[in-house]
Amino acid sequence: MSFHAALRNSTKSVFLRVEEAFDAPFGGQDNPLRHLGAMGLFLLWIVAGSGLYLYTVLDTGIDAVYNSIGYLSREQWYLGGVLRSLHRYASDGFMLVMMLHLVREWAYGRYYGFRLYSWMTGIPLIWLAYVAGIGGYWIVWDELAQLSATATTELLDWLPIFSEPSARNFISPSAISDRFFTVLVFVHLGVPLLLILGLWAHVHRISHVDYLPTRRVMLATGAALTLLALLRPALSNPPANLAIVPGDLAFDWFILFIHPLTDLSSPAIVWALLFGLTALLFALPLLPHARPQPVAVVDPANCTGCDRCLADCPYAAISMTPHPGRPGFKLAVVDPDMCAACGICAGACPSSTPFRRRETLLTGIDMPQLPVDALRRKLEQTLAQLDGRTRIVVFACARGAAAGKTLAAADTAVIDLICTGMLPPAFVEYALRGGADGVMLTACREGGCEFRLGDRWSSERLLGEREPHLRHSVPPSRLQVTFASAHDDEVLSTALAEFRIRIETLEAASDRLPPYLRRAPHHA
Amino acid sequence: MRKPAAIVGQVILYGAFAAFIGYFATAPTYHQIPDDVALIKLSISHLGDRACRKRTPEELARMPPNMRAPLDCPRERSDINLELDLDGEPVFRTVMHPTGLYKDGVSTVYKRFEVKAGKHQLAVRMNDNLIVPGFKFVKEEEITLAPRQVMVIDFNPDQGGLFFK
Repeated sequence: MSFHAALRNSTKSVFLRVEEAFDAPFGGQDNPLRHLGAMGLFLLWIVAGSGLYLYTVLDTGIDAVYNSIGYLSREQWYLGGVLRSLHRYASDGFMLVMMLHLVREWAYGRYYGFRLYSWMTGIPLIWLAYVAGIGGYWIVWDELAQLSATATTELLDWLPIFSEPSARNFISPSAISDRFFTVLVFVHLGVPLLLILGLWAHVHRISHVDYLPTRRVMLATGAALTLLALLRPALSNPPANLAIVPGDLAFDWFILFIHPLTDLSSPAIVWALLFGLTALLFALPLLPHARPQPVAVVDPANCTGCDRCLADCPYAAISMTPHPGRPGFKLAVVDPDMCAACGICAGACPSSTPFRRRETLLTGIDMPQLPVDALRRKLEQTLAQLDGRTRIVVFACARGAAAGKTLAAADTAVIDLICTGMLPPAFVEYALRGGADGVMLTACREGGCEFRLGDRWSSERLLGEREPHLRHSVPPSRLQVTFASAHDDEVLSTALAEFRIRIETLEAASDRLPPYLRRAPHHA
Repeated sequence: MRKPAAIVGQVILYGAFAAFIGYFATAPTYHQIPDDVALIKLSISHLGDRACRKRTPEELARMPPNMRAPLDCPRERSDINLELDLDGEPVFRTVMHPTGLYKDGVSTVYKRFEVKAGKHQLAVRMNDNLIVPGFKFVKEEEITLAPRQVMVIDFNPDQGGLFFK
């Protein structure tokens, strides 16, 4: 294993453990670590909202900016002061969440293949966020702004981009004018707008995007930051004076860390680090990684153009075109560059029902590595081999807990799926009518699906909230859905044992479905 | 409905998130230079001189009447030689090159020197035409720097050349 792979795996393991620990108090849906992107967007909206208010009350001018912002903190602490503090703390939170998001996506290996576009479009956003953040500090025009402006321009001057050193603009009190702040405010508005535009591009190839976290998470995060704003309001340092070097400064290490780093090292080292890291991030997809899996394949003869695969695809890889052979019908088309090979589309296709009597089950959209026909054959073989008082079929996500190793027994068969979202719900009924006493589905923990939506779509289909849904005639008592991650083998064992006891305590045959034999000419 | 333990856990974790942000948004404090140190910023942006040549009467006679400029000045500017001594010790020597593809832009320098606060003898010499030997502009002065003071060495031909402020 390469050093990179080892580092990535160990970081992933840390993330997994912490996320699982956070599941206990938060639950998957409200776990901020599982929704870092949405958290970042929420924090950005707080920054934007509070920033609009600050913009309306800001006076542009060397002394005016300092005084107008200081007025908010002193005289209008209950509104302007709180909003100013929220603006700062949400910006810091955004930086923190953004970097965590970056490291997490890298650790989970989400930077190549169908995720390449999102990865590549995300990298420039880091630069934009820091440009906006650093520029924001200048607007206050206190000693921290003076330090940042001087240090930033000195750093920029190391690059051969200006004919005259830009640091000359901050060389003495007479060097800057009131209009500088007008320009600065426009830059501080323009760069975040570019950032928002970039974010739109960043999530453009994802469908059902979590633009915001859950309401509970938003309320709790907003309350925590507001409380912080009240307890520790953001205040200005003494006003800038370019004739003296600032003394001890309350320093924002989330955004301005680059200045001490430059003082400790040199502009050359800092630029080498920044450009080197950026180049490394862009080059990561070129490093060796797992081979791509075969993408979904559409069979025009069996595609009815119902749109369900289009609605369920988590990566917007499917589009619909007019069916070439059936006037008035549509045909699904898969974009191979965007397809995650998760199989969720096969699970969404109504033609994937195993009750079709054809010897070879051909469906509208299918996965070459695990076609629904192979899945039905495997299920039929499994059912024929199961033995014991209570026979249970487990459909397991191959990326979650190791169900095959943990649960497989004479009376328990485990069928691995690429993702639980690829299981057509009718397979549950088919298993029960084919001889199973119970069916267990093991999905990843809520919010932990490798393909984003597999656990959610599976649950909704089985609960009858999403098409194709499990028929209502299927007794819920004979179906168990368990959410388990790779570290949850024990959870699976316990869930299976409890499920078995539950089935065994059911009144004999009280809710058993009539058998269905596909090959029999007449079935009951 | 969440269990009380989960709610307590959430309060602790959201509190830790806010506390982490609140702390590192303002602390630890940072100071760029020690308290007993002052800063000298050498910042000069100046067009070097041009090596002009006086045209001979024959040359001028051959030219169209409307183009008979007495001096033939090339587009290129001269390099600028600059020296800075502090307390009699040379601390900086450079030759500033003109910017631009045709070497016709300004020559610039920006350097910062951290020095102990107090009295110092500062000498700056500059020559903006290297064809002429020696230094055309010289400024030497005893300066007194307060702690954390920023003193700028600049050049402006309209203000007599080199100046300290």
